[in-house]
Amino acid sequence: METLLTVRELRKTYRRGGGVFSQGTEGARFTAVDGVSFSVSRGETFAVVGESGCGKTTLARMLLRLIEPDGGEIRFEGRDLLTLRGEELRSQRRQMQMVFQDPFASLNPRMRVGEIVAEPLTIHEPGLSATERLARTTTILGRVGLDKDAMPRYPHEFSGGQRQRIGIARALILQPKLIVADEPVSALDVSVGAQVLLLLQELQREFALTYVFISHSLPVVAQVATHIAVMRAGQFLEVGRAEQVLHQPKNNYTRELLAAVPELLRV
Amino acid sequence: MSGLLEVCGLTVELPTASGWVRPVNDVSLSIAAGESLGLVGESGSGKTMLSLALMGLLPPGTRVSGEASLATEASMKQLTALSAREWRNVRGGEIAMVFQEPMTSLNPVMRIGAQIEETIRAHQPKLSAKEVKRKAVDSLRRAAVPEPEVRAEQFPHQLSGGLRQRAMIAMALAAGPRLLIADEPTTALDVTVQKQILDLLDGLRRELQVGLLFITHDLGVVAQVAERVAVMYAGRIIEEGPARNVLERPLHPYTQGLLRASPTLKRGMLTPISGAVPQLTALPPGCAFEPRCELRRDECTLAVPGFRIVGSDHAARCILV
Repeated sequence: METLLTVRELRKTYRRGGGVFSQGTEGARFTAVDGVSFSVSRGETFAVVGESGCGKTTLARMLLRLIEPDGGEIRFEGRDLLTLRGEELRSQRRQMQMVFQDPFASLNPRMRVGEIVAEPLTIHEPGLSATERLARTTTILGRVGLDKDAMPRYPHEFSGGQRQRIGIARALILQPKLIVADEPVSALDVSVGAQVLLLLQELQREFALTYVFISHSLPVVAQVATHIAVMRAGQFLEVGRAEQVLHQPKNNYTRELLAAVPELLRV
Repeated sequence: MSGLLEVCGLTVELPTASGWVRPVNDVSLSIAAGESLGLVGESGSGKTMLSLALMGLLPPGTRVSGEASLATEASMKQLTALSAREWRNVRGGEIAMVFQEPMTSLNPVMRIGAQIEETIRAHQPKLSAKEVKRKAVDSLRRAAVPEPEVRAEQFPHQLSGGLRQRAMIAMALAAGPRLLIADEPTTALDVTVQKQILDLLDGLRRELQVGLLFITHDLGVVAQVAERVAVMYAGRIIEEGPARNVLERPLHPYTQGLLRASPTLKRGMLTPISGAVPQLTALPPGCAFEPRCELRRDECTLAVPGFRIVGSDHAARCILV
């Protein structure tokens, strides 16, 4: 399969402390992502699993350059993302979109759903007529399971699951190639989370999407991933095909994580 | 009835713009000393409101009917009829609670030990300062907090999430309550830490013979800690029974659906429940799950189904049982 995304030796260091209340900790550095390398082929779902503070969210945001890496290389369809500037970066970004964890915080509460979903179009395809924009918005809303009656309404009128669908519609309206999903179901109820996971899988087949899927939950990842990377303290401890990582883990920490998953049935 | 906690027909009503709603609707359950009951429900099911009712922490303006009684050393206490003063002895002394987010439940500017001492002094005012201090450190040790003397002198922000939750558990159990209510106590924790906390709660329940009401949305977690399971939907308990029966042979279509929608390490087993939880202001006339139920029949819309019992102790509110 053709490689879509290649990441080499990606690194991000934050300054720890040094704020108003710190005492003599100035200059201490904290490495959030410590030399991570991987590649993702078209149509794959590459999952990054780890506990809180392991660096998975920093990694996700660096892939879209929402956080600037300190070092390393990101290649998207062969182009070096970190050297792109201005217009080039903007046009590259429409190929890669993000779905966020918290559907309550990630949608502007003062914008109508129609505006939220259509906004990427007004930015990236300003030449589009109002009629065309409306047609594209209605189509993508329908595809994520929302009626066009949703368009004049505000985010607070929707449940968590519906809001996550709105976020997905916004991410998909530019027909990107890559979706980076950061904990897309962890704020949702079980029955609704399952709906969203299945929707993401359907959309992947339909639009030939490639996913980077960030999660703390191995059971969630087991449903969607073709490949799994287990992350701890900024590094990948184990990377492999999903079945192999889940059923023949090589790393002790992976085994520890698997053993801690509460089993539905105590046998 | 020999239970520690006996709840019978408990109903909590809240005023809203569109009339009174019932987040807790005709709920009956019982917990014996040393027993653990897992209360499972999704958001809006009423599980948290039920726990607040049992702690006497309902918001002002709520109406409560039905009975909830707790067996104490001296007598059966009617929780629904306690005055604010009586609640002060029961809360913490007889019934204690552990919340989801330990950081927001702990006082950030008070040392851990001092917070636990406060609880002990409130319920045992005659103890000397030295004894109170010793008891506080003992309770941290019992909650498996390493170096309890050191931790007692620290502030909440100096502890990890897991240690903070241990400190919360220590505080909850410090005054020797008979019933512990744990509301999603591990939801904010990493999975490896979650396992430690679940093991701790399970051990303490057996050792101290406290009744445990464990509230969670996670069926996997409930399988680890509960002897019996009650499933709540739109304010009502819709299924109750031994954990093994409920999780392996669920009777109610909602419980069955919830199990099929819960991700496991096996791939491709996931089936969501269609639709969403109904608004309490617009409940269907019959079974609240009927609009989402794949097995619905015309009769389901006629009336709220009563409990039907299978075997000796497994029951569900469904006409198909």
